Amino acid sequence: MELVFKRPEALSDVTMAYCPGCTHGIAHRLVAECLGELGIIERTIGICPVGCSVFLYEYMECDVIEAAHGRAPAVATGVKRCLPDSVVFTYQGDGDLAAIGTAEIIHAAARGENITVVFINNTTYGMTGGQMAPTTMPGQETTTTPGGRDPKVAGNPIKVCELLASLDGTAYIARASLASPAKVMKAKKAIRTAFQIQLENRGFSLVELLSSCPTQWGMSPLQALKHVDEVIEPFFPLGEFKKPN
Amino acid sequence: MGRIVINEERCKGCRLCVHFCPRGLISVSEQFNSKGYHPAVFEGSEECTACTMCAIMCPDVAIEVYK
Amino acid sequence: MKRKRVLMKGNEAVVRGAIAAQCRAFFGYPITPQNEVPEYMSKYMPEAGGVFVQAESEVAAINMVYGAAAAGIRAMTSSSSPGISLKMEGISYLAGAQLPCLIVNVQRGGPGLGNIAPSQSDYFQAVKGGGHGDYNLYTFAPWSVQEMFEHPALAFDVADRYRGPAMILTDAIIGQMLEPIEIPSEVSVDIPPKPWATTGAKGRRRNSITSLYIVPEDLERINLEIQENYRLAKEREVRYQEFETQDAELVLVAYGCMARICRTTMNMARRKGLKVGLFRPITLFPFPEKEISMLAQAGKRFLVAEMSAGQMVEDVRLAVNGASEVYFHGRLGGVVPSAVEILEEVEKVMSRPFLTSPMTAVAKDSLAHGCTTTGGDGG
Repeated sequence: MELVFKRPEALSDVTMAYCPGCTHGIAHRLVAECLGELGIIERTIGICPVGCSVFLYEYMECDVIEAAHGRAPAVATGVKRCLPDSVVFTYQGDGDLAAIGTAEIIHAAARGENITVVFINNTTYGMTGGQMAPTTMPGQETTTTPGGRDPKVAGNPIKVCELLASLDGTAYIARASLASPAKVMKAKKAIRTAFQIQLENRGFSLVELLSSCPTQWGMSPLQALKHVDEVIEPFFPLGEFKKPN
Repeated sequence: MGRIVINEERCKGCRLCVHFCPRGLISVSEQFNSKGYHPAVFEGSEECTACTMCAIMCPDVAIEVYK
Repeated sequence: MKRKRVLMKGNEAVVRGAIAAQCRAFFGYPITPQNEVPEYMSKYMPEAGGVFVQAESEVAAINMVYGAAAAGIRAMTSSSSPGISLKMEGISYLAGAQLPCLIVNVQRGGPGLGNIAPSQSDYFQAVKGGGHGDYNLYTFAPWSVQEMFEHPALAFDVADRYRGPAMILTDAIIGQMLEPIEIPSEVSVDIPPKPWATTGAKGRRRNSITSLYIVPEDLERINLEIQENYRLAKEREVRYQEFETQDAELVLVAYGCMARICRTTMNMARRKGLKVGLFRPITLFPFPEKEISMLAQAGKRFLVAEMSAGQMVEDVRLAVNGASEVYFHGRLGGVVPSAVEILEEVEKVMSRPFLTSPMTAVAKDSLAHGCTTTGGDGG
């Protein structure tokens, strides 16, 4: 028999510290598969965030820089502008990208930085214990919205793809989901497209991946994926919001 | 015709593979691995088609698929 | 007065204490090891009729505090080391605009992202300024969950009285530990009128809150006002606690959870017949320089123990001013020294001959055994 599925070369042969069933593992694997298939592992520099994926530098076989919370797009700008032949990606959670990092992501996108952003949206602050995130939906209970997020007091969530697609500097903005095999395969296509756009120097690319957080949602891994399908995806629709002509 | 190999020590017993195998060929072991998880176990059936759904959904890349 | 006895975590106690002290606005952001502070605030602050906002960042949060403080409200934020660094510009603005507020720093390992273990590496940042310009933070260092409950009232009173930001400088151990505490049914507070606040200029001349003074002589005048407040605070607001310093040959100097550990060391040393005492500053600014100076002049040596590369030790050395010897023991990176480890240092120091000569008997007699306790002896 022939080996038809194995760990991609760019993914380190270690146990990842994520919770059982956490879709970070799937997202990491998709990025690693794309880097391998495009033959760019050695040219790639990843920027990892503060959040559950803070330890991404232990899991990828490319160079990785640890950025301060929210500042990854700025760090990526520094790297890519100085090393234009490198492939630079950031990997950020919803708090990192859309709360503390709002200024950095908007301006990196507006400047049309030739980088790729992998944006993990699980509507919660996982690492710190399940507080409200900028993508927490109305009515969603978190440890800082006991009783459910009340838009009158805690505001409404931010739809990052829709927001960034309005900026001229962006080349490719897409939202995908990790909730089932078919959706994971579509997500991989979007990630690959994003890296392709960077390789062609066409500008800023971002892929938002609807993800699960079984631990902070208080669900089993499978229930959590169902929650992504049934509750999160209707609120954050999938699709390509910006693509080159 | 296919088969899968599950790395029991990497497996965290999340059971996504159990659910997403279209033919229900994966179950959960009663044993513990060294981390205290009940790992997934391939039933070793001839019905496996190497569709790779299990491996695609495994967050720990603990499954290799042979065809 | 009725007092309730409850088992409580440090981070929760500081929330309860702040609300009891009439804090009615909290703005914060998640960061370990202080997440319980915004979490409990999200529930208790609205219940108390106050304002809670989880801000988009620590920078936004300190600026929200700036707004609420300008509006005359007792306002507070909390964070941990890296998040406190983010707040530095805002804190400088609060100091320059002479606005009272409370900032809680639950210190963690650093520098940079560090880790989530306890440290005392932000002493300089808290006490010497941290942000730009000539300013200090009225800084309180609780060593127990009881003090986590009591210090917000003390800190807010000082902040209001002298119109400047105050800080509670604690750490991951105190924030996360559980101790039984006594909660009084009422906490007395001293909230002065705030005629300078921007509340809407109805029936009065308009107020402006600023730290911008384009004419250098004007900015100097403001700075001198601020410095005068610090001078008054140094005379009136120093707090500390002493244990067995009267006959001590060596005085341990430590704050926060290091003082708890050093108290164990002191007890172990005494059982071995070593004359060791403990001096615990409770306000780090204003620093109890006079009291330490008098201990130095009475011929005592000092061993300062901190979870840092040596920060408060500099203030101890300044206070001692060459009159005696000051030794230091520290651990870094979130490592917590044990009482035994510090005892080994104590024994090393005490086995060394004095390098400087102790002061005269007259100075020894004039040592006053002053002691300010704030309730709770650390358990």
